Amino acid sequence: MSGGTEIPVRVTRVTPVAHRIKRFRFERSDGRPMPYFSGGAHVIVSMNDNGHVRRNAYSLMSAPYDCSAYEISVLHVEDSRGGSSFMHEKVREGDEMRVSHPVNLFQPDWRGRKHLLIAGGIGITPFIAMMEQFSREGACFEMHYAIRTRDRGAYCEDLIARYGPQRVKIYCDAENDRIPVARLLDSQPLGTHLYVCGPAGMIDGVLTTGLEAGWPEQNLHSERFLSSQPGKPFSIELTRSGRTVHVGHHESMLEAIEAAGIDAPFLCRGGACGQCETMVALCDGKLLHNDVYLTEEEKASGRKVMLCVSRFEGKALHLDL
Amino acid sequence: MAIAFKQETFRDDFSYRNSPENIRRFPFPFDRDEYMYAVNMEPHLKGQKGTAFESLIDVDEHYVAEMHDRALVLKEDPLRYQALPHMMTAQWDTLELLMEEQAAGFPEHFTLIRNGDQWRWINRPLGIDDTFTFGDRSTLPYEPLEYITRQAQGDFCIVDQRDGNLWMDAGMVTTQADWSLDFDIGMNFMEWHGPVPLAHQMGVFDRALKFLLNLQQGKPTRRFNWTMTINPRLDTSPENYHKWGPDRASVTPENVGEKVHLRVEVQSLWRLPRSNAILFVIRCYLMNMNELVTVPKWARRFPRVLSTLPPELIDYKGLTRYRQTTIDWLSRFDDGAPTSPGTFPD
Repeated sequence: MSGGTEIPVRVTRVTPVAHRIKRFRFERSDGRPMPYFSGGAHVIVSMNDNGHVRRNAYSLMSAPYDCSAYEISVLHVEDSRGGSSFMHEKVREGDEMRVSHPVNLFQPDWRGRKHLLIAGGIGITPFIAMMEQFSREGACFEMHYAIRTRDRGAYCEDLIARYGPQRVKIYCDAENDRIPVARLLDSQPLGTHLYVCGPAGMIDGVLTTGLEAGWPEQNLHSERFLSSQPGKPFSIELTRSGRTVHVGHHESMLEAIEAAGIDAPFLCRGGACGQCETMVALCDGKLLHNDVYLTEEEKASGRKVMLCVSRFEGKALHLDL
Repeated sequence: MAIAFKQETFRDDFSYRNSPENIRRFPFPFDRDEYMYAVNMEPHLKGQKGTAFESLIDVDEHYVAEMHDRALVLKEDPLRYQALPHMMTAQWDTLELLMEEQAAGFPEHFTLIRNGDQWRWINRPLGIDDTFTFGDRSTLPYEPLEYITRQAQGDFCIVDQRDGNLWMDAGMVTTQADWSLDFDIGMNFMEWHGPVPLAHQMGVFDRALKFLLNLQQGKPTRRFNWTMTINPRLDTSPENYHKWGPDRASVTPENVGEKVHLRVEVQSLWRLPRSNAILFVIRCYLMNMNELVTVPKWARRFPRVLSTLPPELIDYKGLTRYRQTTIDWLSRFDDGAPTSPGTFPD
């Protein structure tokens, strides 16, 4: 089962919102309503780049109960492997694309008495949909949003206008204004759930602070933007299909396998959901595990690998595919 | 074609019977002559007309009588319906799903008219015509899950997803094979499957949980479960064990055909959109042995399956006292001829 059924969409609006950030609006080409979703969900956007299919995960930021369209915001990353460059440079209004059904790996804990949201940069996007849902359902929330500079911070004014300065606080790095994480985490009512999305260093810092302050692990939630890292090219042998696949410098194993016409399972393409877990038949070399799904013991055992983000260095890698 | 709903009982005089057409649409679960234990999940897709899969939420000739029986169970024991407070969004998701599927599958019996958040629901078999505001619980006579599951065949559990596990946090359970929502509420997937023999050792639940955690919106899945019940009793709950437990000692070679029922559950699992919870539908079908043997393929296959059951399962399913009597009775209908592949009648 690979990825699930895709929804045909038309790009009906492209809006520049901040430095290197654009918003894309997708409406269904078949005229049917978009499925409702839950705040925190993402979709996989399929891009046809001259016959080469790229697939990236983007958080949905439109209102979860608005089935007229989906909206995402894309940061044009400096070292783009091609996905965000394609979205920024090639995608025009009127283009036909495909998106997956929504998948949520960053679901709010509905039992939360209060939801404390911490965002860094483009990590704001899943929270925009989440706040819409909290607001509609009458849930208590508070957003702390760190931006590097004013021109890079997307949606700051919109969010303050929508929810008020009591519920949305902006911290600008360039103005030496930082989120007082330790103080915040120390002063929350019992039953608060925390959600953090942003750069890896920020996520690690917030989670560590939480644990040190005595927060239960179950109340700390995070979503990382993992993507396949570039690395040395290598080859893999697929034992079931009897094929050899070459994985290029900027390519992931999953992408190389798909390009070879082999249907491999996937959902998040970010090393989090576990769907593309694959058994290793033989490994003469070193697996470079980049996912957050496998346990440390599983990684050390070398028997499993996540195709979407992990790599390999060495002589031979045989996978059960 | 409109369904002719039957007036019948699942208690006291047990007047429940299947019409010949309904026997042929029975979801017979065995696709081979011996018993196999497996994570038997398959996509929940629509099947042929005239089968239990013609619609993804099935309605059949027993609908009205089952809803009446559910009302009786709830009157005696309101705790058969429970929902923890954080499941309200999932309740609305479920109401939407059941209304949409019933209206789409059986438009002559059910109609849903949506105008923004103003919804009108017409249920002709039960004589209901209600207008309400979607999302506003005060506009319905019950909580949304209780409201809609008083109008839908099958038991319904909503499981919340968190901490890499699934939690039984809401449900309507009145047609169960000896388990209790009141006991299991708040438990996680591994806890509520605790009593099932063999499967834990086989790693079945680890794999099933992993699969369900990634269940996708728009791609429901299903599996079959089965047991046997003496008399066509829907409510075989632990709470009422004193009423149905002793029935198991009442089977004789003379009454097998009438008393012994194959009880099949079509369990479908749906990822709910707004809550990201999973709806678990356990739809129960009952058919007595007289009815079963009217389909020659099933008459041959069922005694063969019963003969190959592992002892742990005979005990777990509570078949010990009457399994052999039933095999002996059924064997008269098994001439030893080979059976065709698949589950459907020839």
